Formats: sequence, structure tokens, C-alpha cells
Amino acid sequence: MSYAKALHCRECGREYPLQPSHVCEFCFGPLEVTYDYDAQRKAVSRRSIESGPLSLWRYRDLLPCDADRAVDLNAGFTPLLRARNLGEALGLSQLYIKNDCTNPTWSFKDRVVAVASTKALEFGFDTLACASTGNLANSVAAHASRAGIKAYVFVPSNLESGKLVGSAVYGATLVAVDGAYDDVNRLCSELADKYPWAFVNINVRPYYAEGSKTLAYEVAEQLGWRAPDHCIVPMASGSLLTKIGKGLDEMAKLWLLDSVQTKISGAQALGCSPIVTAWQAGTLNIRPVKPNTIAKSLAIGNPADGYYALKVIGDSGGSAVASDDDEIVDGIKLLAESEGIFAETAGGVVIAGLKRLVESGRVDRDELVVAFITGAGLKTQEAVVDKINKALHIAPTVASFEEAIAQRGGAIAGNQGTR
Amino acid sequence: MSITIRIPAPLRSLTGNSQTVEGSGASVRDCIDDLEGRFAGLKARICDDSSELRRFINIYVNGEDIRFLSGLQTPVKDGDELSIVPAVAGG
Repeated sequence: MSYAKALHCRECGREYPLQPSHVCEFCFGPLEVTYDYDAQRKAVSRRSIESGPLSLWRYRDLLPCDADRAVDLNAGFTPLLRARNLGEALGLSQLYIKNDCTNPTWSFKDRVVAVASTKALEFGFDTLACASTGNLANSVAAHASRAGIKAYVFVPSNLESGKLVGSAVYGATLVAVDGAYDDVNRLCSELADKYPWAFVNINVRPYYAEGSKTLAYEVAEQLGWRAPDHCIVPMASGSLLTKIGKGLDEMAKLWLLDSVQTKISGAQALGCSPIVTAWQAGTLNIRPVKPNTIAKSLAIGNPADGYYALKVIGDSGGSAVASDDDEIVDGIKLLAESEGIFAETAGGVVIAGLKRLVESGRVDRDELVVAFITGAGLKTQEAVVDKINKALHIAPTVASFEEAIAQRGGAIAGNQGTR
Repeated sequence: MSITIRIPAPLRSLTGNSQTVEGSGASVRDCIDDLEGRFAGLKARICDDSSELRRFINIYVNGEDIRFLSGLQTPVKDGDELSIVPAVAGG
């Protein structure tokens, strides 16, 4: 069962029943799920969670849907890896990577869609939909197939081919819209008023967004039930960052963590950095921008949760940082070459942003830092294909191999010793 | 000719359930005042006490966010389409 209690307007406090709606009918503030925390506290313990499945459903009692009827592709419980090589390169003594590339459709969006699609079935919908920069579309299409229902996914027409193929392959109706994500999003808001679909990030958004909390739950559990000192989170709409904050707060509220004093910092691409710009100006008023960056998964010029993300960053003592496209590519390569993790552009934004934060003293070198890598690099190969070493092309002879190595100007590596 | 105004679901109780209504005025602000004259209470739902747009409402003229234009002063003319859209969506 779920301990979700009501929908609550974050602005004016009005309460609504648990229904498919996302904004307050009076002030248009966002609706958020509230829970019966007293009942949760009695039901949930470290032990009850540890005995659950190795997926996000181990946190079923903290989610707003009925896990017994979950749409389950086994999302979540992804690796938290100690990153010694990258830590050394950046000058951090305790760096961890939360590697959400290993989800069923290779991004963290499987967490939110697992919850949203489960809730959509509870509400009786037979069709999922979304406005997406790519990763969400992939996940919605896959979960719709898993649930045996239909999907309409709307994306900007300029997306990377991996993200288009990664939606269409599931049989969803893929709609490529001429325009930027913000145009897609406005269109979808109007469509959501017209068609009886579960638009995961519109009318089902309060439930959907709760799925992101599981990233925080997992990190704390995987660290041995402790909160990190500092989280570095990519920002598009800002929703993920706010839910990592909410997830950690809930764990303290439910006595799963002794204390939470985690700084939460957000990273954007310089070519689409409305939240960072507001942060630097010291205002909560975000001015929308027209995105121009290779980090297309983060290219939301009009971030719905930017206002709340700024509050979480400020209240937690974190910071906000933007990096240009060259730094983003360098970040992707640094993560791949130092730790063996091939992230998409959003991961490059995080690594590049973390580098800047360390260099400017906004991340302390001895803090326990977690960098959230939210999507896999095979989806955005275009970003790096011209920036990496080409294959050595040789004839199938030893001589040809050795000649090619010599031409590249290096000795042949390798030595076998005793370990 | 006039301006077509798209009304979001939460405001349709004020417009007799109409998804679109016709409006008139030389600017977005004029159109909102015109709507208020015919659908009392509508302005208070989308504007705050100082007559500025609420934080969680976006208005588009022919698909363009008025924050990229001239805000509530953005001029409108016959045949334009004005959309009132809740801001919290997507991502």
C-alpha cells in the first residue's frame, strides 16, 4: 500500500485528493504529494528496506503508488562507485559516482516513469504521453510496452539519433516537433487538456517527480546509511535536484538517517543556464532563455522547478555552476578515461561543473561528494565522435600493427608482473 | 476579427467551460482586462495583487513566451492567438 495522503499546493497550501492533476486550480502553484509520515515511521526501517528487491521498489513504502501492481522494468538500485582516479584528477579525497546509466533505458528517467506509469494504470489510463528532451521519451515508450498500453512521446526534432531510435523501437508514436523543448512542452500542456492521456510530466507530474527521490534514498543506503556531504546534480527543469533534497529530508524525518547536512549543488550547460544565471544574480526570478548547447537533455530554457531548485541550493549551502560545450566534452572524456563510465552530455555537465566547483573552493577537497551521472553516452555519441582517437586501421599482420602504433608516436604498452 | 484566447482547464469554470474565447485589446494587459470585464474573477487567478503575472502562469502570443517579447505590454492585433498556460509542467 501507499502512504500518500493528498496533493498539496506548494504556494498557497490548498489540498486536493490524489488525482491526476498537477497545478493548483486557484494559484497555479505546483502540487506535491504529501504522506502520512507517522504511519510511515512505524512501517519503514533500514531493515525493511534492506529486505526489499534490488530495484527502486525497495522504497515502495516511500512512493505514491501501489507497488503490488508496479510497471516494473527493474529500474533503480544502480551502482554507487568510489571514484579514486577521478577524485585524484579533480583533487577530491572521497568522490563517488552514482551511475544511473545502468537503468533499463539507460537514464534516471526510468525511476520517474516507473512511478508515473504505475500510477497511470491505477487512475485507469490506457495511454501514456510525455514532453521530452529524449531520455524521458525512451523510458515512457519502454514502460508503455511493459504495461501493454499505448504511448505518444513528443520531442524536439533536432534530437540525437540514438534518442529518436530509442523511443521508436518500442512501437510508441514518436512525434518530432519543429521547435525547442519549451515549444514541445507548451504544445503538450495544451494537448494534456484535450486528450485523456496520462502525460507523465504534466497531469501525472506530482507522482512522476517523486520517483527521483529514490536516487537520494539509494545513495544514503549505499553509503551505509549516511548522507553525503555534497551532491552535484544536473539541472534541466530543476525537478531532480529538488527531489534529491526532499528524499534526504524524508530519510531524516523517518529516522532512517541520523542527520542530514548535505550541500546540494546544481550544474547546467552555459548554453542553457537560466537557473545558474538567477543564482549568480541572487534572485529567485528566473528569466527564460533560448537554449544553444550540445547538452540537449538539459536544454530546457523555461525550467518549471527552477524557483524551487534555487531554494534547495540556497538552503543547503550549495552552489550553481555552468560549463561551456568544450568543457562538457572534456568532462565526458575525463569520466570515461578515469573511471570507465561513458556518460551522455548531462554527465559531462556534472563533471565539468564539479571541476569548476572544486577549483573555486565551493566544494571542499575532503567532503564526501556524490556526482549524479544520469544517462548513458551511447545515446549522445554525436557529442564526442569527432573528439576521440580514431581506430588504428591496419592489415591483419604484426608489422602493420607495429607500424600503426609507431605512426601514432607511442611505444607499445604492456608488462606482466606479480600482483 | 479579434484575438483568440486559449483558456487552460483550471480557468474554464469561469468561461462557461469554453476552451477558447475571443478577446480584444491592443496589448496582452488589455486582453486580460477585457476578459475580466466578461468573466469576473479571472484576472485575480492569473495576476497577483500588483497586477503582474503570477509566478506559475505563462502567456504566449502566437506561440512565443511574452517574457521574450514585452511582457504584459506585448502588443497584440486581430487574428493573434494568445495562450494562457500553467507554468509547472515538463522536465
